[in-house]
Amino acid sequence: MLADSLNRFIAEQYGMATRQAGFSADMWRRFAELGIVGALFDEAVGGFGGDGFDIAVVFESLGRGLVVEPFLGALVVGHALSHAGSEAHKALITSVIEGRAVAALAHDERDSHYELSNVSARAVRSSNGWVLTGTKSVVQQGEHADFFLVSARTNSAHDAEDGISLFIVARDAAGVELRGYPKIDGGRAAELRLNEVCIGDHALVGERDAGFATLERSIGAGVLALCAEALGAMDVAKDHTLEYLRTRKQFGVAIGTFQALQHRMADMLLEIEQARSAVINAAAALGASRIERERALSAAKYTIGRIGARVAEESIQMHGGIGMTWELPLAHYAKRLVMIDHQLGDEDHHLQRYIALNRS
Amino acid sequence: MDLKFTPEEEAFRASVVRFLDEKLPARLADKARNGVRLTRDDMIEWHAILNERGWLANHWPKEYGGPGWNTAQKFIFENECALAGAPRILPFGVNMLGPVLIRYGSEAQKRYWLPRILDGSDWWCQGYSEPGSGSDLASVKTTAVRGIDDQGEHYVVNGQKTWTTLGQHANMIFCLVRTATDVRKQEGISFLLVDMHAPGVEVRPIITLDGDHEINEVFFTDVRVPAVNLVGEENNGWTYAKYLLTYERTNIAGVGFSMAALARLKRAVAKVKRNGRPLADDPLFAARLARVEIDLENMKTTNLRVVAAVSGGGVPGAESSMLKVRGTEIRQEISSLMRRAMGPYAQPFIEEAFEEGYEEPRIGPEEAASAAAQYFNNRKLSIFGGSNEIQKNIISKMILGL
Repeated sequence: MLADSLNRFIAEQYGMATRQAGFSADMWRRFAELGIVGALFDEAVGGFGGDGFDIAVVFESLGRGLVVEPFLGALVVGHALSHAGSEAHKALITSVIEGRAVAALAHDERDSHYELSNVSARAVRSSNGWVLTGTKSVVQQGEHADFFLVSARTNSAHDAEDGISLFIVARDAAGVELRGYPKIDGGRAAELRLNEVCIGDHALVGERDAGFATLERSIGAGVLALCAEALGAMDVAKDHTLEYLRTRKQFGVAIGTFQALQHRMADMLLEIEQARSAVINAAAALGASRIERERALSAAKYTIGRIGARVAEESIQMHGGIGMTWELPLAHYAKRLVMIDHQLGDEDHHLQRYIALNRS
Repeated sequence: MDLKFTPEEEAFRASVVRFLDEKLPARLADKARNGVRLTRDDMIEWHAILNERGWLANHWPKEYGGPGWNTAQKFIFENECALAGAPRILPFGVNMLGPVLIRYGSEAQKRYWLPRILDGSDWWCQGYSEPGSGSDLASVKTTAVRGIDDQGEHYVVNGQKTWTTLGQHANMIFCLVRTATDVRKQEGISFLLVDMHAPGVEVRPIITLDGDHEINEVFFTDVRVPAVNLVGEENNGWTYAKYLLTYERTNIAGVGFSMAALARLKRAVAKVKRNGRPLADDPLFAARLARVEIDLENMKTTNLRVVAAVSGGGVPGAESSMLKVRGTEIRQEISSLMRRAMGPYAQPFIEEAFEEGYEEPRIGPEEAASAAAQYFNNRKLSIFGGSNEIQKNIISKMILGL
């Protein structure tokens, strides 16, 4: 039901020109009015969904439409607040669900390379709260965010799971410095500098030093979302390529009559079905115990990373020169598919994580 | 089979290295290193430097201004240039049209056009592909109709060419045009030299997925071309077209480019950290890096074997298709690893950073700015110059006899 109305809305209202114009607060509000953001959260925090399949369905549609609006930030930050936040924090979720606010996760750092526990930004106690210092990398749609969920070290070594705390930082807080830029796959991101940003005690989300579990859990929801988004984009890339094989003629026949291309297309279909199963496995495991959940998430992200790049490369190759052009939507699906591997852990990262989880 | 270079060839290599040391402007080599886009003037500058030394048209016979090198020398020269980060020699005039004119052109055409290729008077581009004629090149539809009036014999050209690399800088285009329709498609094609500034020629940019403007569409509407610009015989152009496509392919594997890119990748992953340690120490990344390095070492020898087999003077035949397929796959894999190595920093896309004079602080590692764009741009390697699928057809037919 929701997926149908979302698909229809995207088909009618969200063309390539809209996407390329970038984030629009108006569009964000309209998505929210459709209930798309609310579908990502459970009733306890004012949503009407929030389980693995709710998330997967929404993001698969967003992937089909190559939507650049900040759903991922809403999901990850919202789930962190829902999991560990105070009542006041939960009011922030409401503002996101209603499309009045944009939330962004500020976690990656220069040398972390996807490693979740690698946090060097510091939070130091002050007389009436905390002082944050550090730099966060590639914050998705950072310039448009009203507030950030920032991970910072309050104890232990730079790569320890223990000693990480989470904070809500308003975009207009003194000492917050953003440098925004476009991304190669559409949308924008920003480097976030925290120059001795003073925040109150109420900004701490959950227990001091114990932010890792919340981070892992909420980023896990984000991993599932990216996998589902990739699946939607893969289906479109496959459809476009199939249509091209049927209609493009060379040597007097449709190029889809060449067995070499038929087999490659068949391989693509097999791979995408494997990817679909990986997303289903991950969605089903989102509510499971930690090891089971994280194993399925890493398995899915590894699968999506590997298959996404393959679908992108094969789709371009089978299109030939036209597949290289900006004008063709396919090229933008291909770029998004490859770049999803650069968010929340790539293929290699999740394969190694899967091995580690198996041993634990 | 001796795959070692002779002492004479090693001495030649040393002379090439010395030349590059002295003459390759650091500004141009830095651009290659940093993924900064070359301008038209950069490319012209490098051509002029090579031409002054007599090394620009290094595949041409001595009598037309070539250096008289053997196959091994050309191979060494191309590799050393790539390793040093030299701009590539633009192939359109030097490597494509030049050999066709030398083999099939009239004396007047050779005397007029060849010196102009060398001294940079003309910037050529290639008018082969059309929207409906990619892999099936012989199906070209652009027409040239012969006529005569008070200004003499001429052709009137109508049609469209596409994927015209650097056509925006060109003043001349060599075209495959249809001059007969009542024959087998290969038998009705002619090879025509067209002035890009003639009335009726229009160039429109094609922007590629990485935001670059390198290729173009070229439209011809009643373009008048003097009949003396026909190369060889009318309706025999397919022979010349094929000759051009198979002519000089000692460097089609791009081994030098791969070696330079691999060296750059290794420097990058020694610096990039994964959870505090160099990415080069990461077992999965190290395995990817080792695999492509081994593939490249093997390709160097495959390339040398092909070169050695033809150093008697001929040119590689279908074997060059093997070099093209594997060579481009290796180049693509190296750029894929550079993209992976940049982690989240592969995402930022600041186009101004590809241009000369960008002074803002870099976002992430210095290689990050162009890593993803280069990866996407390199998808073209397995598409152009005869797609890798077409190369496999050639291997099946010409080498395997299937």
